[in-house]
Amino acid sequence: MTFRILPAALLASLLVSPVAQASDTSFSQLEKGRRLVDAADCVSCHTADKSQPFAGGRGIETPFGTIYTPNITPDRETGIGAWTNDDFYRVMHHGQRPDGTRLYPAMPYPYFTKMTRDDVDAMKLYLGTLPAVRTRPRENELMWPLNYRVFMRGWNMLFFTPGTFTPNPDKSAEWNRGAYLVEGPGHCGACHTPKNILGADKTSQALRGGLIRDWFAPNITNTLHDGVGRWSADEIVDYLKTGRNVHSGAAGLMAEVVENSTSKILEADLRAIAVYLKDVDGGGEPAAPAKPDEKAMAAGRAIYNDMCAACHKTDGTGVPLMFSPLAGNANVQQRDPTTVTRVILEGARIGPTDARPTPFAMPAFDWKLTDAQIAAVATYVRNSWGNAAAPVTPSSVKTLRDDLHHSRVTGKAE
Amino acid sequence: MKILPSVDVALVGFGWTGAIMAQELTDAGLGVVALERGGWRDTSTDFAVTFAQDELRYMWRRALFEEPARQTLTFRNNVTQTALPMRNLGSFLPGTGVGGAGVHWNGQNWRFLPSDFVARSHNTERYGPLPDDMTVQDWGVTYDDLESHFDKFEYLCGVSGKAGNIKGQIQDGGNPFEGWRSREFPNPPLDMALAPTLFETAARETGHKPFPCPAANLSRPYTNPLGVQLAPCTFCGFCEKFGCGNFSKSTPQTTILPVLMRKKNFELRTQCEVLRVEHNAVARRATGVVYVDAQGEEYLQPAEMVILCAYALQNPRLMLLSGIGTPYDPRTGEGVVGKNYAYQITSNVNVFYDDKVMNPFVGAGALGVGIDEYNGDNFNHSGLGFIGGGYLACWQTHGRPIEYHPTPEDAPKWGAKWKQAVAKNYNSTATISTHGAVMSHRNNYLDLDPTYRDVYGRPLLRMTFDFTDNEYKMSEYLTARATEIAKAMKGREIKVNGRKGPYNIVPYQTTHNTGGAIMGSDPKSSAVNRYLQSWDLHNLFVMGACAFPQNPGYNPTGTVAALAYHSAEAIRTQYIKNPGFLVQA
Amino acid sequence: MSSSKLNRRQILSAGVLVGSSVAFDTAPAASITGKVPWHAGDANKPPIAEPGPRQYLTDAEAAFIDAATARFIPNDELGPGAVEAGVTTFIDLQLAGPYGKGASWYMEGPWPKGEPSQGYQSRLSPADMYRTTIKAIDAYAAKEFGGQNFAALTGEQQDKILEGLDKGDITLEGADGKAFMTMFWQNTLEGFFADPIYGGNRDMAGWKLIGFLGARYDYRPYINKHNVKIDLPPVSLKGNPSWTPA
Repeated sequence: MTFRILPAALLASLLVSPVAQASDTSFSQLEKGRRLVDAADCVSCHTADKSQPFAGGRGIETPFGTIYTPNITPDRETGIGAWTNDDFYRVMHHGQRPDGTRLYPAMPYPYFTKMTRDDVDAMKLYLGTLPAVRTRPRENELMWPLNYRVFMRGWNMLFFTPGTFTPNPDKSAEWNRGAYLVEGPGHCGACHTPKNILGADKTSQALRGGLIRDWFAPNITNTLHDGVGRWSADEIVDYLKTGRNVHSGAAGLMAEVVENSTSKILEADLRAIAVYLKDVDGGGEPAAPAKPDEKAMAAGRAIYNDMCAACHKTDGTGVPLMFSPLAGNANVQQRDPTTVTRVILEGARIGPTDARPTPFAMPAFDWKLTDAQIAAVATYVRNSWGNAAAPVTPSSVKTLRDDLHHSRVTGKAE
Repeated sequence: MKILPSVDVALVGFGWTGAIMAQELTDAGLGVVALERGGWRDTSTDFAVTFAQDELRYMWRRALFEEPARQTLTFRNNVTQTALPMRNLGSFLPGTGVGGAGVHWNGQNWRFLPSDFVARSHNTERYGPLPDDMTVQDWGVTYDDLESHFDKFEYLCGVSGKAGNIKGQIQDGGNPFEGWRSREFPNPPLDMALAPTLFETAARETGHKPFPCPAANLSRPYTNPLGVQLAPCTFCGFCEKFGCGNFSKSTPQTTILPVLMRKKNFELRTQCEVLRVEHNAVARRATGVVYVDAQGEEYLQPAEMVILCAYALQNPRLMLLSGIGTPYDPRTGEGVVGKNYAYQITSNVNVFYDDKVMNPFVGAGALGVGIDEYNGDNFNHSGLGFIGGGYLACWQTHGRPIEYHPTPEDAPKWGAKWKQAVAKNYNSTATISTHGAVMSHRNNYLDLDPTYRDVYGRPLLRMTFDFTDNEYKMSEYLTARATEIAKAMKGREIKVNGRKGPYNIVPYQTTHNTGGAIMGSDPKSSAVNRYLQSWDLHNLFVMGACAFPQNPGYNPTGTVAALAYHSAEAIRTQYIKNPGFLVQA
Repeated sequence: MSSSKLNRRQILSAGVLVGSSVAFDTAPAASITGKVPWHAGDANKPPIAEPGPRQYLTDAEAAFIDAATARFIPNDELGPGAVEAGVTTFIDLQLAGPYGKGASWYMEGPWPKGEPSQGYQSRLSPADMYRTTIKAIDAYAAKEFGGQNFAALTGEQQDKILEGLDKGDITLEGADGKAFMTMFWQNTLEGFFADPIYGGNRDMAGWKLIGFLGARYDYRPYINKHNVKIDLPPVSLKGNPSWTPA
């Protein structure tokens, strides 16, 4: 399937559907639906048991408690088999179930609302072809009083406006396609946009990095130091398609996104996403942080050269496509050091894909290094070879160490 | 005993040959189950750079190797002795767990010589009849048959080296004695440490043609033909006997498993020990394997094909325990299973300097310079009283101090003068090693022990082995050649550590156990044919160095892998279409 | 032959991979398909010895080991000897653990003596070997040197006994002196040169004596620097002082 670049106006007219016709059940509509379900990565959240994909039951950790995803297979009793297209569109566009109850934004309807009616219908068509699985729903475990969905009415009033994506006439068709995918089905901002205290997007800082379940999803705007400013569009495509590029590799939650979603997206669409991201305003380069403590840097250098250099090399250049270079590495220079600290504590593995199957993994250092030592080496890595980012404190290491330990012990580990 | 649903292929053991056969046969569309007695092991969780550098744990407490408490063998030099258990590991270090010994090998990767595969006919033709009790045999397969499979393994691994003979054209800087190869090595040689370069100079000055030894330690980042990536070696000096922490040693984990483990038609069961192979002698077929899991539950796994990949010692033992083939009887010379057990004979010469800094801890498992003038039949043996030979090499693999603390001839065993000698010589010594062939002998063989049992109550393997006059003479010869070059290296003094008899199971030598299920063209004198297919059960294939009719003067892994690929090709292109015996006796 | 009488307890207790975390080696049989398994935080890490009271050796045994290892590797101008490096602590911890029990060794009988080429054939575990033989050596010393045990003898007298035992010239009452000496010298080397996490090689004294740089993993910058001493301190699996911000 090739994607031809169309004049913007023509494209705009295609994106907005005419009045709903009799539903299109053609093969191309089904294919479109499958690709959109891949792009929206429904399977990752709506699967707990890998042998029963889309049957729900996975616990989504939020700061307010755990929400268990519903079954979206076509089972008529416990899935969405009995739903109409209007029912499904109501979920995606308005964040409401067919009976009017409001969803929590763990289901990223503030993003899916941007999708066209036709696209949403295509997704439902595809979901209807999946094997039906009968399950029992799991009760959410939310802190009181948020377990009352009526509170979502207030939240939605403050933070949610339903509305389909409007293309920007000053930008190319490719840019607009990328914008649609990122802001709509891709819902990248659900992780990569910082949240306010009530869990809503800080829309003025879209895609500038967000904390999610003890990972910091990095800034993916076009800033140089901590965004994708040093990545070419080709390199972004490579990363999304194969899970790694010469700068970095997808680990943790992003590894799952690559495996289940972006590695399956058409290359032309990945290119559109790249074109869009390279044009997202990151609000300028971050202010230069304070110079890190000399003693921490000296200790960090010693640890780094003795331990980390075996893969990342003393000059920080690593082995591209295997051990991410740390010199100039955006992920290492995020304003929030959660990811780099976590990776040192418990290790990390670059998700394997069919294109690049070798699962290079970093070992865990939590048993070997103290909080002060991990803070030192993380600070060193964030401030060497031209890198500059705020130092890491021993107490922040301890907090994360305890959180991760708690997650492992309670079985809620990611 | 629980009976499981049948599978296409059951593999016993999951080291190098298990991984190779699994990869090849799953590609051919077969459903493959691998049964490995040990556990899952992988780089960042089991050999991580955070704890891999632990000489006590991995070398001396044997953490990665087969545990004698669970399984060992009994040993005697000859039939006049009573075989006694090898109670702790010494002379050789068999593997266990996913990846087997492929995890802890050095990466010294060679091809046997063309003449090695026809050792009997070649030597008889050149030197006359061999002694009666030297049971050397031709292999039934030639070097030319195997060339493309050697190449396949080398490219799978990303071996670092310099070709010496490309399609008959001798290449400068490589091994001029090697068999022809179709193309250059996939990666250039490793950067060399000081000691091997001193050997190189002296070897050249004494009229030899030194070359960098082929190394399955990567000299640069590499993506192999399966799409699996390996990283460059960092000369950490914790290679052999250790797992590699940074993906730079070629092992099943770093070359095959990332692709194999993703396949839906492959299943690995760990902590499952195969007790025996079930078979139907009338139908001349194996019917499956019986195995035990970690809880002691017994299972029958029926299979259309059974492939033994459980190492050169375990494979013949499994055949004996299962009643497959005729056990060898040294008194009559009849029978084949257990016949022609062989090993490797080694020696070395230290060169002590005053004025050099060697940094011996900067090492890689196959980092070294070698010469091949004295291997195989590369030299005229007339009047010497032995056949075979070996390579000489100056290796720099490690400087781990519990194992390595060389002292000169006059140093005492311990005390103040010993301490002085160790401090003075640790960082300024080079060593030339000889790595010699072992010919087969009618009195060197494997069978089942009458007294000692394993943890499942099965008789242990009994090894009856000693080096013969052939080996002692040959080793003396190699040691003398090494001594000449050692002197030419112009150190302060040298120390010759020759190999003295009898063969002793205590000091570590090599894990190059060969024979016991040998290959050949005649079922009366071999256990498997040129494709490693059993002469008795047509759906049973037996991998490993147990196929070697005698052991040439190189490390075995390259040839073990080539034979496995050769066998896999025959299974894919001939056996699957038309199951039956591939070679008519 | 029948295998229906498999003794589960035997199987489960046979062999303990020393130093590895229990979760890996006694894990139930696993079936793995479709992926390379991996879990964040997993590490088959080594045990790290903490300072504490002796766990196996009696005072008399520790005194013997102190005295003998001081003859093996004395304290001198080159640096600390075996005692200063904590070899006795190392041996104590080893004998108290799986090594002392011979956990991974084949200990089944019968135990005829065997040829030298057949290796260790005693029915004694290393811990038992030490206990039995040290007692016998002290008894021998008392007999030969007027009632004193080994630790009280002069250096010369101690050397004579150690050499005699090692060569097999001295026969002990109820103990195999030669087999013991082989084990004892090996364990001394281990205690002097193993990573300090095992209780010996204190302050990396053994490594500093010879210039071994320890638990490093990247020598690429040095492979081509021939004949040049590498200016780096040794590092243990626990790190070294430069790792901690001062």
